Amino acid sequence: MANKVLMKGNEAIALAAVKGGVEAYFGYPITPQNEVSEYLSKYMFEQGRVFLQAESEVAAINMVYGAAASGKRVMTSSSSPGIALKQEGISYLAGSELPAVIVSVMRGGPGLGGIQPSQADYYQATRGGGNGDYHTIVFAPESIQETVDVMKEAFDVADYYRNPVMVLVDGLIGQMMEAVDFNRPVTKRFLPPKDWAAGGMNGHSGRNTICSLYLDPYELEAHNLKLQKKYQAAIQNETKFELVNMEDPDYVIVAYGTMARVVRSAIEILTKKKLNVGMIRPISVWPFPKAPFKAINRNCKGILVCEMSLGQMLDDVRIMNNGALPVGFFGRAGGIVPEPEEVVDAILHFEQRRVD
Amino acid sequence: MDIKYQKSKGLTDKPLSYCPGCTHGIIHKLVAESLEELGLLDRTVGVASVGCSVFSYEFFNCDMIQCPHGRAAAVATGIKRTHPDGIVFTYQGDGDLASIGIAETIHAANRGENITIIFVNNAVYGMTGGQMAPTSLIGQKTTTSPMGRDAHMHGNPIHIAEMFSQIDGVAYLERCSVFNLRQVRNAKAAIKKAFTYQKEGRGFTMVELLSTCPVNWGKTPQDALKWVEEDMTKVFPLKVFKDAGVETHE
Ligand SMILES: Cc1ncc(C[n+]2csc(CCOP(=O)(O)OP(=O)(O)O)c2C)c(N)n1
Ligand code: SF4
Ligand SMILES: [Mg+2]
Repeated sequence: MANKVLMKGNEAIALAAVKGGVEAYFGYPITPQNEVSEYLSKYMFEQGRVFLQAESEVAAINMVYGAAASGKRVMTSSSSPGIALKQEGISYLAGSELPAVIVSVMRGGPGLGGIQPSQADYYQATRGGGNGDYHTIVFAPESIQETVDVMKEAFDVADYYRNPVMVLVDGLIGQMMEAVDFNRPVTKRFLPPKDWAAGGMNGHSGRNTICSLYLDPYELEAHNLKLQKKYQAAIQNETKFELVNMEDPDYVIVAYGTMARVVRSAIEILTKKKLNVGMIRPISVWPFPKAPFKAINRNCKGILVCEMSLGQMLDDVRIMNNGALPVGFFGRAGGIVPEPEEVVDAILHFEQRRVD
Repeated sequence: MDIKYQKSKGLTDKPLSYCPGCTHGIIHKLVAESLEELGLLDRTVGVASVGCSVFSYEFFNCDMIQCPHGRAAAVATGIKRTHPDGIVFTYQGDGDLASIGIAETIHAANRGENITIIFVNNAVYGMTGGQMAPTSLIGQKTTTSPMGRDAHMHGNPIHIAEMFSQIDGVAYLERCSVFNLRQVRNAKAAIKKAFTYQKEGRGFTMVELLSTCPVNWGKTPQDALKWVEEDMTKVFPLKVFKDAGVETHE
């Protein structure tokens, strides 16, 4: 316990980024993630690193693009409407094969929506609003400790794949406080030097260019196939999930982030009611875990997807389930964090929850 | 044999992709020569914007980064802030800078970002086939203003240099052109000065260059040069708008 400090989620994200070696941060104010930039505005300055409040999210992600293209470890953070504005930039990062970390602290939508915690941007994160055949690697942690661990690793993952990585949390994780250890080890990866970066020819031999333009369709297809190969490797190596009580469950709940915490409490209540309920908790939502769905016991009565949205991850669960088991859905929207009893009730009345 | 003229080391061997009579090529040459003569090529990072000059990342012989439409000044900010000893320039058209990217450009200027913007104003969207630009002249026929630009319907041509001259972070700002030899020489001096100021860390520098688009203007290269000289300069006067290196007595 000695290594733990009590910290607010957004500030922990900021400090984890520093520990993860971030060299530059660009962002634009938006609730509920302002503490990330407020913390970094002081800390980065003291450390002689770059902090800049951009004039918009569009500018911020493009500053990220410039810093990434010239070889620096860089990040931005924002919330729902702001992430919407960053989508063009994220597509360019993917197209130009540039590493960067984007923190998305979700609030309710659509439009200006609200500022309470939500999971309504699952599609935005995993499908993306940017153009083209690309993927963002997305981690969706459930606690501040896991957020810190994932943040530190995110920079390495981005560098390794030369691809944007998103850390997807909701406003609850951003705003609450928990005890957290910043010194947990990070998986060691071999990270080749950034000899591709365009930071001036005095930094490397020859001339480097960064671009995402391929006017020749055959060249562009070859580029698309090259990206696809990376995505396949990410599916192989970066899929992360946790299994809770999955030995021989009567029902399986699928939930991530804050919703998964609520489900944990619901499972305890259900156990007391002699119902055996397990949980598949995706930690990476792109790539989305496949193996645990294949491993579900066939006499399991159904899968309940729980989200703080009206059903987005549900699509991925349906794909992975592929019609094998009945699927039900429970969700609250608008920034409401459901009570465990609501999840208990959804399991007890699973037939009414069926959406398959 | 005596070598009288050589292509600048600031350009690669890639043949330029510009139309015959287009002055993008001359402006490329001036930027390349300036960087070479100032000995800056090794530590320069150029930002290629979206427009006919998008392929400038293949033409300038330094590290180059192609960026989204309008976002060059933000991308340049990201590079310069993380590489304060580098020389960073953007090469942008009028659609890119004065329309979709005006916010990024104004704020980079206002922060006094120590970068150089080469702003090529040809009063039209060249690459997409000749649509009206915010800089198109009143009466100018384009594919999206077939009856000619009308002030009531489309607004007046936007005066970028005049606007930016009001911004404190700007260290150097001149509007030039390349319609004759004298103007070419003058434009080169302006570009060189802008890069020199950047090297000295004086702040934001921009050179606006009135340029031709004979193809989309429906003019011969000669008539296009004449149109710049006689029509464009009336709306966009050529002058130094700001020079931090010169004492002003007002
Ligand atoms: C977001 C986005 N919108 C539109 C375009 C299409 N587009 C390509 S070039 C261009 C205009 C370029 O005009 P300008 O900046 O004046 O450069 P020029 O070609 O005239 O040199 C546009 C609108 C794009 N590539 N991206
Ligand atoms: S379209 Fe116009 S601006 Fe573009 S290369 Fe041709 S002449 Fe030059
Ligand atoms: Mg133009």
